[in-house]
Amino acid sequence: MNNEHFLSVNDLQVHFKTADGIVKATDGLSYTLDRGKTLGIVGESGSGKSVSSSAIMGLHQGTSARIEGNVWLDGVDLLTLSPPEMRKLRGKEIAMIFQDPLSALHPYYTVGHQIAEAYRVHNAVSKKHARKKVVEMLELVGIPQPERRFDGYPHEYSGGMRQRAMIAMALINDPSLLIADEPTTALDVTVQAQILDLLQKLQKEFNTAIIMITHDLGVVAEMADDALVMYAGRAVEYGPVSEVLTHPEMPYTWGLLSSVPDVTADTDIPMVPIPGNPPSLLNQPPGCAFQPRCVHSSKVPGDLCKTTMPDLLPGSHGGSGHLTRCHLPNPELIYETEVAHDVTPTQSEER
Amino acid sequence: MWAYAARRVVIGVMLLLALTLVTFVLFFASPADQARHACGKQCTDEQIAVTEKALGYDKPVYEQWGMFVKGLATGREFPADPELKKTHPEFITDCDAPCLGYSKTNGKTVNYLIGKAAPVSVSLAVVAVVLWLAFGVSLGIIAAVVKGSIIDRGIVGLTLIIYAFPTFFLGVFFLKFVVVKWGILAYPGYVSIAEGGVANWLNNLLLPGMTLALVFLASYVRMTRAFVLESLGEDYIRTARAKGLTSRRVLFKHALRAALTPLVTMTGIDFASLLGGAIITEQVFAYNGMGKLTVDSSQAWDLPTIIGIVVVAGAFVILANIIVDICYALIDPRVRLG
Repeated sequence: MNNEHFLSVNDLQVHFKTADGIVKATDGLSYTLDRGKTLGIVGESGSGKSVSSSAIMGLHQGTSARIEGNVWLDGVDLLTLSPPEMRKLRGKEIAMIFQDPLSALHPYYTVGHQIAEAYRVHNAVSKKHARKKVVEMLELVGIPQPERRFDGYPHEYSGGMRQRAMIAMALINDPSLLIADEPTTALDVTVQAQILDLLQKLQKEFNTAIIMITHDLGVVAEMADDALVMYAGRAVEYGPVSEVLTHPEMPYTWGLLSSVPDVTADTDIPMVPIPGNPPSLLNQPPGCAFQPRCVHSSKVPGDLCKTTMPDLLPGSHGGSGHLTRCHLPNPELIYETEVAHDVTPTQSEER
Repeated sequence: MWAYAARRVVIGVMLLLALTLVTFVLFFASPADQARHACGKQCTDEQIAVTEKALGYDKPVYEQWGMFVKGLATGREFPADPELKKTHPEFITDCDAPCLGYSKTNGKTVNYLIGKAAPVSVSLAVVAVVLWLAFGVSLGIIAAVVKGSIIDRGIVGLTLIIYAFPTFFLGVFFLKFVVVKWGILAYPGYVSIAEGGVANWLNNLLLPGMTLALVFLASYVRMTRAFVLESLGEDYIRTARAKGLTSRRVLFKHALRAALTPLVTMTGIDFASLLGGAIITEQVFAYNGMGKLTVDSSQAWDLPTIIGIVVVAGAFVILANIIVDICYALIDPRVRLG
């Protein structure tokens, strides 16, 4: 299996040992991704989306995190690499874009210097050569007057420009895997669209595999080929975007879809939020993690939801590629009759 | 930047003048008879009256302050008596600008007294600041890097224990053991660089400098540790690691630059206040610096000397603040002076 796909995450576990017990931030996560494709990972804050991706980057090395499973990238298990080996891949083969570009850039160094640093750490080139490369890259991501902007500080850039600079930094070494951790969350809507367009354009150019972490289903619909919905550190629904967004089979995905506001619809129709809060990742109860917030759990016979964690299995629609973690016997019927009218049509019909 | 510095200096000078005015008013509000203290215990009423007139204590406070300010600009003569100058020029003491006054108690101009004491305090402060920065910052960085380990707890705990000891205890402890019992160092006594060379100067300042540095060590260790930890938790550190930089480079280039900026402020102000004298340390080691001069002149009600010390110490603090602000603008590109 590890040779079939470019990236193959296999039963990934990221556990943090704390004074109160073990926090299972990511528990048994598996997915695959090919070059030139995009995987959208969706979930609430604290669902383990960022933690699992940081594990791929090796950013938990040197912390209290205990990581298990396999992360095969191009035939190499990243989790078996030593810290120096991992460091050489970081920023070169695997790069990352972060949510808030202002805090992700060092305030005391010029943007050009910081991007050049990313280039020079993996390429033995002169400062002059690095500068030329950075200016090229700044131009590629659409920063006007790149030669002059090279010497600008992050606080002198606008929000969109900063994120473009972050993208330039991430892509300067032509990585094969790009992890974008909520790259548009801190930006306003018009800039969001520009940044997503830019990422798509560059993905085509560099044939990069992208993991797009987001809580914005619109971003997933626009960008991703596959969608992975995470809840409480586990995948609860996984499959091609067209399947997951149009025939969702897990009540949590329904909740996410229903809570997206529809700007074109009648404003008197209320949004339907998911009741309650995400569970603590400490000492999780045995049943389905979503059960306490699930309005449909009463349709499952007995107290199966409370006692047994459902497995991630192929659902009733979409064949073996569409996996879902739910005990509901007839999710498709419930979705059509009870949920679909709350879902913004642009979301479900985008594809 | 230069316009900014010039404006700050002008404001600083005005602040200093206000400082002297307050000191004048406070001193004359006290019940003590200035002329009596200046003249001495055995003086008769007539002699006191003469002293009062000679030193200008018979004039109103604002006028005396005016004379002081004028003396700062143009210099003064003591006593300011044109007739006496004609008949007995040898009794007149010249005090060149910026004249800080004349201490009748010591029979010297304040400029002379401070000129003798300031190099001692400055030397002491320089040695102490170098020691506490070198050890405080490096121990703080080590503690931050190995956060939570035994080494971290050891460093923080040990410096706290040292901090708990009073300065005079540490000073006497060093004298008793390092000098008397073990004979590692000679009994320290201030030797200027001009007299004894750098090695001799430093050798004599080691113990008092260490005593003074230990007072500041604990707080600098803790602050450095806290600032480094805070900085290591910033998003841009994650970015630096994601780039594939070595942890050494992440720490020394990315984390420390941000972490040490607030320390510049602390160091500037602590150092400046030490230039005005380290009272206890100077007492323990019998160093005739600004601290000892402060104590002696306060006990003798030696007003001119005290005002002189206030002006000089105040000037150090104001100057240090200006330098710190300029340093900030140089370190942090987001800071604009103006």
